[in-house]
Amino acid sequence: MWKWIQAFASPKNFYQISQQITPWFLYPFIVLALVGLYWGLIVAPIDYQQGESYRIMFIHVPAAWMSMFIYLVLAISGGIGLILQIKLAYVVAKVSAPIGAAFTFLALVTGAVWGKPMWGTWWVWDARLTSELILLFLYLAYMSLNNAFDNPKTASKASSVLAIVGLVNLPIIHYSVKWWNTLHQGASVSVNKVAIQDTNMLIALLLMSMAFKFLYGALMLMRARDEILVTEQNSSWVKKIIMKYKQ
Amino acid sequence: MTKRQNRMTLVALLVIGVSLAGYLGLKAFNENLLYFFSPTDVTEGKAPKGKSFRLGGMVAKDSVKRDGIKVTFDVTDYANTFSVNYSGILPDLFKEGQGIITTGSLINGVFMATEVLAKHDENYMPPEVADALEKAKNKQ
Repeated sequence: MWKWIQAFASPKNFYQISQQITPWFLYPFIVLALVGLYWGLIVAPIDYQQGESYRIMFIHVPAAWMSMFIYLVLAISGGIGLILQIKLAYVVAKVSAPIGAAFTFLALVTGAVWGKPMWGTWWVWDARLTSELILLFLYLAYMSLNNAFDNPKTASKASSVLAIVGLVNLPIIHYSVKWWNTLHQGASVSVNKVAIQDTNMLIALLLMSMAFKFLYGALMLMRARDEILVTEQNSSWVKKIIMKYKQ
Repeated sequence: MTKRQNRMTLVALLVIGVSLAGYLGLKAFNENLLYFFSPTDVTEGKAPKGKSFRLGGMVAKDSVKRDGIKVTFDVTDYANTFSVNYSGILPDLFKEGQGIITTGSLINGVFMATEVLAKHDENYMPPEVADALEKAKNKQ
């Protein structure tokens, strides 16, 4: 089975497969995002307290979910890289980090923009906001550590250890609103409770979160292909591709 | 053990060690991570004395009195209540029955606020649903 996994995860094989499956992420993203935005901005009704302003949650909540999901990908592929020494796992982790950082930044900014009119402040140092900011710093630290070594192998190992250490922040973010008094409200959608009392609001939120998942898939595959061309530049199959484009 | 199992053990130890450190760290800082104190916490003497702190609770019904930009209201957790003095702009969501968090200090039993923030809860619903819920509640 190891041979099979290693064959599948070989850079060459992944390069070819990812080229074929990228559209399967990109086009669903476009459709889901367009329908989701229409549903969220036009079909869904206004909120009884916040009026129109609540609609920012259709970006904010999926972005915050993705910020945590991508960090999980980072840590798991880091672990797979360390244990099974599969190069592809390091590639996936490396190219995912900036995407995750961007989603984290988006969640923080949309939250601040909503917080000013609703709470009366852009920012407070409560447990939820602070732990999400630490997540952004973890992504930035991961990226700088990955670029701080001349030897790519050492860089991948060191940054994977950092990614796994930072994993402890994820449950803190998730449970911060339960464990401590925070200004940030509790979860509106969780396994045992949905506090969004309108089907159209819920549909819009789910469409947008699906759209963000597909967007991440497409971006990750496209960036991984570029990264593989760089790391495998000395192998014969990459040289062949480059020759083809030179002619 | 093969090399692969060896590496797996190392990664597992790393995860366990970090979780333990995180758990102990959080336990040690638990009190400091509370963003605000409830009126009951304050009555029990948990809030810092003589220093500014944050008080959080519901704005009591029929307690808001405005005089220009000066406003007084009661903050309650339905067990204990404190009256709050504040002058300044209140956030959009501020109203009676709303959760708020206010920064200030306790002087002679009255909370002199320097900042009032509205706390939003996790409920989202259209106005018609909110009306229907309100009506159903009043019928009982």
